[in-house]
Order: sequence, then C-alpha cells, then structure tokens
Amino acid sequence: MIEQLPILVIVIPLMAAPLFVLIGNRKLVLLLTQLVCWTVFGVAVSLLSRMQYGPISYELGGWPSPYGIVYNVDYLSAFVMVFVSGLGAIVITYAPRSVDKEIHHSKHSLFYASYLLCMTGLLGMCITGDLFNVFVFLEISSLSSYALISLGKTRRAPLAALHYLIIGTVGATFFLIGIGLLYQMTGTLNMADIANRIQAVEGSRTMLVAFAFMTVGLFIKMAVFPLHTWLPNAYTYAPSVVTCFIAATATKVSVYAFIRLIYVIFTPQFAFEQLPLDQALMAFSLVGIFVASAAAIYQTNIKRLLAYSSVAQIGYMLLGISMSNVGGLTAGITHMFNHALIKGGLFMVVGCFALRIGSLKLEDLRGAGKTMPLTSFAWVVGGLGLIGVPMTAGFVSKWLLLTSALSLELWPVAVLMLLSSLLAVVYIWRVVEILYFSPASHLAQTAKEAPMAMLIPTYVVIGSTIVFGCWTVYSAGIAQAAAKSLLGISQMGGVQ
Amino acid sequence: MNSFPIIRVITKLLIPYILLFGLYVQFHGDFGPGGGFQAGVIFAAALILYGLVYGLPAVHKVAPPKVIEKLTALGLLVYAGTGLACMLLGGNFLDYDMLNHGILTELPVALDFLPGDTPYHFLPEGQHLGIFLVELGVGITVTAVMTMIFYAFAGRERVTS
Amino acid sequence: MTEFLGLYNYWIVIFLMMTGFYIVIARENLIKTIIGLNIFQTSVFLLYITMGKVTHGTAPILKSSHGGESHGGKSHGAEHGQDLHAATEGHIDLSVDAVTEIYSNPIPSVLMLTAIVVGIATTALALALVVRIREEYGTIEEDEILEMDRNS
Repeated sequence: MIEQLPILVIVIPLMAAPLFVLIGNRKLVLLLTQLVCWTVFGVAVSLLSRMQYGPISYELGGWPSPYGIVYNVDYLSAFVMVFVSGLGAIVITYAPRSVDKEIHHSKHSLFYASYLLCMTGLLGMCITGDLFNVFVFLEISSLSSYALISLGKTRRAPLAALHYLIIGTVGATFFLIGIGLLYQMTGTLNMADIANRIQAVEGSRTMLVAFAFMTVGLFIKMAVFPLHTWLPNAYTYAPSVVTCFIAATATKVSVYAFIRLIYVIFTPQFAFEQLPLDQALMAFSLVGIFVASAAAIYQTNIKRLLAYSSVAQIGYMLLGISMSNVGGLTAGITHMFNHALIKGGLFMVVGCFALRIGSLKLEDLRGAGKTMPLTSFAWVVGGLGLIGVPMTAGFVSKWLLLTSALSLELWPVAVLMLLSSLLAVVYIWRVVEILYFSPASHLAQTAKEAPMAMLIPTYVVIGSTIVFGCWTVYSAGIAQAAAKSLLGISQMGGVQ
Repeated sequence: MNSFPIIRVITKLLIPYILLFGLYVQFHGDFGPGGGFQAGVIFAAALILYGLVYGLPAVHKVAPPKVIEKLTALGLLVYAGTGLACMLLGGNFLDYDMLNHGILTELPVALDFLPGDTPYHFLPEGQHLGIFLVELGVGITVTAVMTMIFYAFAGRERVTS
Repeated sequence: MTEFLGLYNYWIVIFLMMTGFYIVIARENLIKTIIGLNIFQTSVFLLYITMGKVTHGTAPILKSSHGGESHGGKSHGAEHGQDLHAATEGHIDLSVDAVTEIYSNPIPSVLMLTAIVVGIATTALALALVVRIREEYGTIEEDEILEMDRNS
C-alpha cells in the first residue's frame, strides 16, 4: 500500500466529498471531514518523510510516463502538500463553531464537501506532473473556492465571489492558452518531457507567447500586485473559516506552480537571462510590497487589512524566486510555509473576533484586549511573526531573503525590504493599539473570550510560528533541499 | 406551454428517441465517438425538454430533486470507486487491467453464427470494463448535474416572482 | 500574404479571444460579462481543436485492420501513444509519408472536452451568483451595484 500513497492524497478527499453529499447529516459530515483532513495530512507527512530516499513518481492507471498522467512527489511538492493539508486539517478542526454561526445549517454538508474539493484541487496542483492536469486541478480548487466565498453572510459575498470568478477564469484561461501553445510546440503535456523537448524549440516566438500567457495567468491566481484586485473583497466577505483556509494556502499553491513553471519546465536561463523576468519580478514585488502594505495601513476592516498584507507578502516570495540562486529560492519557499502559518493563524484570530464580537470593523474591536485576552494575545504573537521579529517564523524567511539579497549585492532591495517591514509594524500596531489601549466599544465590552475549541487550534498555529522561528530544520531545511534539487545541485545526505 | 398541443405531442414523441440516443452514445462510447459526458448531456436534455413543456412539477415527479442531488454524488463515487477497486486489486489507481475477472468473458458454445473467429465478449473485462464503469459514472453525474442546474434556475424564478 | 491567410484559423481564434476579452472588460452588465467570458473560453477551445487537426487526417478511430486493438491492453496503449506522437509531429512536418492512415490528433479534442466541462461549471456557478446578486440588489448593472454599496 506504501507505493499507493501519492494517489491517496487526492483520492481520499475526492471520494469523501460526494460521499458527504450522500450522507447529508451535518454532525456526521463534520466529524468525517475532520477525519479525512487529518488522514490526508498524515499521508502527506509520510510522503515527505520518504523523500530522503529520492523522489517518487506514480503512474495513473499504470500507463507509462510520457503518455499517461504521472504524479511526482519531490521535496518541494511534498513540502507544499504537507502545509496545505496540515493547515486544511487544523482549520477544519477550528471550524465548527464559526461555521455554525456564519453558514446556514442546511448548507453544512455541501460546505464541507466544497472545502474538501478545494483541498483536493490544491493538493492535485502540487502533485501532478502533467501540465493539463495542473489546469484541471486549478479549476477544481478555484470553482470550489468561488462557491465557498459566496457563502459569506453579507450581500457583498456573491459579488466578491463573482468578481473573483471572472478574473480567476480569465487567469486560468490564460494558463490554458499557454499550455496549448506549449503542447503545439513540444507535442507532450508531461512536464519533464516538455523540459526535455524544449531545447529544440527554444527561442521561437510561440514559446515566448506561451510563457507570457502562463506567467500572467498564474500572476492573477497568486494576486501579484497589479493583478490583485479580486483578493481584498474575496477575503473580506468570505466566511471566516474559508478565509483562513484560502488565505493560508491558495495563493501559495499558485506560487508553487509558478516555481515549477520557471524552474522545471522553462529553465531559469530562459526566464531570467533571455527574458528580463527577474528584474520585472523584483520591481513588481517591491512596488507590490509597498503599495499593498500602505493600503493595509488605511483599512478600517481587520480582514481587509490582512488581505492587503497578503498581497504584500506574496511580493516577498516572488522576490526570493526572482533571485534564482539557492539562497533566494530557499527564502521564497520558506516564506511560503511561514506565511501560510502566520496568515492562517491571524485569520483564525479574526474568526474568533467574528464569532464573539460579530463585527470586524476596527472601531468595534476597540478594547477587546480586556474581554478577549487570549485571542488578542494570539494576534500580537502572529503580528510579530508577520513583521519578522527575531524568534518568529517571519524572521527566518526575511533573514534568508536579506542575506541572499546581500550576497547578490542588491543593496537597494535589502534596504527596501527593511523599510517595508516598518510598514508591517504600523498596520499590526494599529490593531494592537485598538485592542489594548482604546476605550472599549459596547460590542467588545459584552464579548466573551472565544471558546477553547477555537482557541486551541489557533494557538497551535500561532505557537508553531514561534517553533519554526527557533527551529528551522523542517522549514528552511526542507526548503533548501527543495531549492537545491530545483536548481539541479546535487545534495549529499538527508534534510540538513 | 399547456395550450400548444403540437409542442406537447412532438415533445412526447421526441423524448423516447432522445433517451434512446443518449443510451446509444453512452454505451457506444467505448468503441466509437461518444461517452459519458455527451450521453449525460443528451439525457439531461430530454428531462429539461420535458420540464420546459410540461412544467417543473411534472418533471419533479419524474426526477425528484432529492434523487438527482444524490445521483450527482453517486456518479462521481462510481468513477472514483472504479479507480479504488483497481487499487484494492493490486494495481495503480484506475489501472483497469486489474479488473480482469475471467468470468463468462466468452460464451462457451453456440456462437458459430458469428463471422470468422471474432472474439465475442460476453461480459466485459479489463480495460473495457474499466472504461465502461468510468463512463457510466460520468454519465450519471453529468445527467444529474445538468438537471440540477436546470432545477436551480427554473425553481428560483418561481420563488421570486 | 499566403502565410497570413494560411493561418486563418488562428486569426479567427485571436478575433474571438479579443472580442470576448473586450466584453469582459468593457461591459457593466454582469450577464454580458459572463457571455464575454464564454466567448473568451470558446476561442481557446478552437485554438486547441485547430491545432489537433492534421491535413487530410481522418477521425482517430482504429480500424479492425490494426488487429484486435479495440480491446488492447497496455502494450497496445504504448504503441497507440507513439502513433499519437507521430501524428503530432506529422502536424509540424507534413511531408511524412502516408504509409499508414493519417488521423488527426485526438488529444487536443479530449483536452477540450475537459475544458468545456470546466467552462460549463464556471458558467453555471457564475449565473447562480448573478441570480443571488439580483435577489439582493435588484439589479445586475455593475455600476448601480457599486453605487448601492458605496451608499450603504
């Protein structure tokens, strides 16, 4: 059964989703969803633990590699799968109370089914070695996330979901066009096979167009600065649980697909030397970091504030990727992981506020530090991680990014990065000030502390940002192994 | 539409043929053009036509929304279940070769009337059986989903007006 | 000029693509936006299907002269795959001698079958969302909706 592990990651949630529609019992479905999510997490962890024996490939239906669909597991995909499924599991453990309040009871089993489908899509994007499959899984995760977002309580939720749908579909279709042109030139859809055949058609205009379409398509999906417009509304009006999950994972998986695109299919030489994509990426990410962070400062809704911060944080990941050396790529991958934890944790805190206070406007949160001390403290810790204070996960990735920028002698980038962290201090501090040092609003005065069932998962995630801030073997260590294998540098020994 | 006898009669005449054609596309799909998706759409088209002409309550009686909702899930389960069965039989996911069962694949006697030595498959097995099951799952799901979409929109109108 | 006209299928694709894209960007009416999105997606279907067509190629149905392949196992499948590759390359290099039957590459059509399903799902979901928006706001004109949001 061990050799069947790669497919189990996909099949378990994929089969569970329709099963839950058949069952339809709210409580039972909730229990099973949690079981399924944790099982998938277990499978992903065991896949990652087998990575020291080399990458695994799995042929669907037993069809040999370039003809059939292959699932590939290497350090990078296993790593991304572990944190996607892990956060999926922990968010669903945290979910029941919040879902109970925010989503109509009759929709619960459908909600959990969509949640699992979204997870299936995201995991599938990580594991598949077939380019068209990436598109299909991208659409599975996108369609289910549109549906999930539209479940928000306010009337703006469907509108936000529709905007996301339109922009997201345009992005996915761009990606599809790129795949088509690539297929036309190489005659294959298998990523490794394309990489082998691409030399023969290198430099043709079709390849350039294909690359451009795929890049822009993925940029839309990962909400890179000028293409981020769908993100703030979608995150703000979605139900809290959905925001936790999507904010923590969806954009990261798109970043992962982008890394694959550049480092596996097209080579970094093509993207960064023949094309000035590295400079473009650097410019976009730096502008994005500053504009989005500045926008975050002026928000009056705590969810929207975090959403803008997410746009800024994507910039850091791209900055690392654009450096195209081991240090930068390691920093980018580590930041994917760390930011998933931090942002997942912070949105979980926001979910606690939403449950007890009922409003997410900053003015209604005033003084919540007294009535909801544990929740507010979680915000402080998570916020420190977002800023990148030493001993937190955010520091590790920013430190890696900084050192690799300095090793490339990109002084302005390093300075701008430090300055941008100050912006993060401003928007995090604004919330802290409101929580602790403002006269209490009447909503916050009567609020109770969030229930333990939500606080414990929140603290697990927030606590892990501290753990991974001090102990980086399993975050930066694995990211480095992944970066080395992507850049074709042979690695000796295990994870270290 | 109750006052248009021509439409009602033509619809009644057409529906059996649409359904039959749907079945043909479904089961011929593993030899020639066709397959579960197309068949599902054709099948759903029959139901939707019936609904359009005779009204939503009538088609609800033929295909109750509850049943249709469950069928949506069931079809997908048939598909994934086929893959899982292949896995449990020792192959990879969707490795239909594992579905070789050797039971009644060829009728032992009395097939002399077939031309030459045509391999006559009585019960499908292996790749053939796998494709058949998967397409069946797809067909069920697509029929159900298309009908469901129709119900969702047609039903909405009734509520708001 | 002949090169220009010879690629007419791609010009159609580009025209449709840009038409759809323009509608998505320019139209305020949500339904029209969705229609634009559909045209945009359809142009991609055409792009794929047109690239799968091999000149003088027939439908990719294996005749019985190929032996008992209709019930082929895995080894047949691999051959089949190579045939497909030959067909793809045939598209690039049309001078391939037609010893065996040339048939069009079925893979793009198959891929598009999947993409059509995705497109239907997207459209259905988008229309469902529009229905909900209409119920909440009473209009499907985007500027009016934004106006209402600003005032509330």
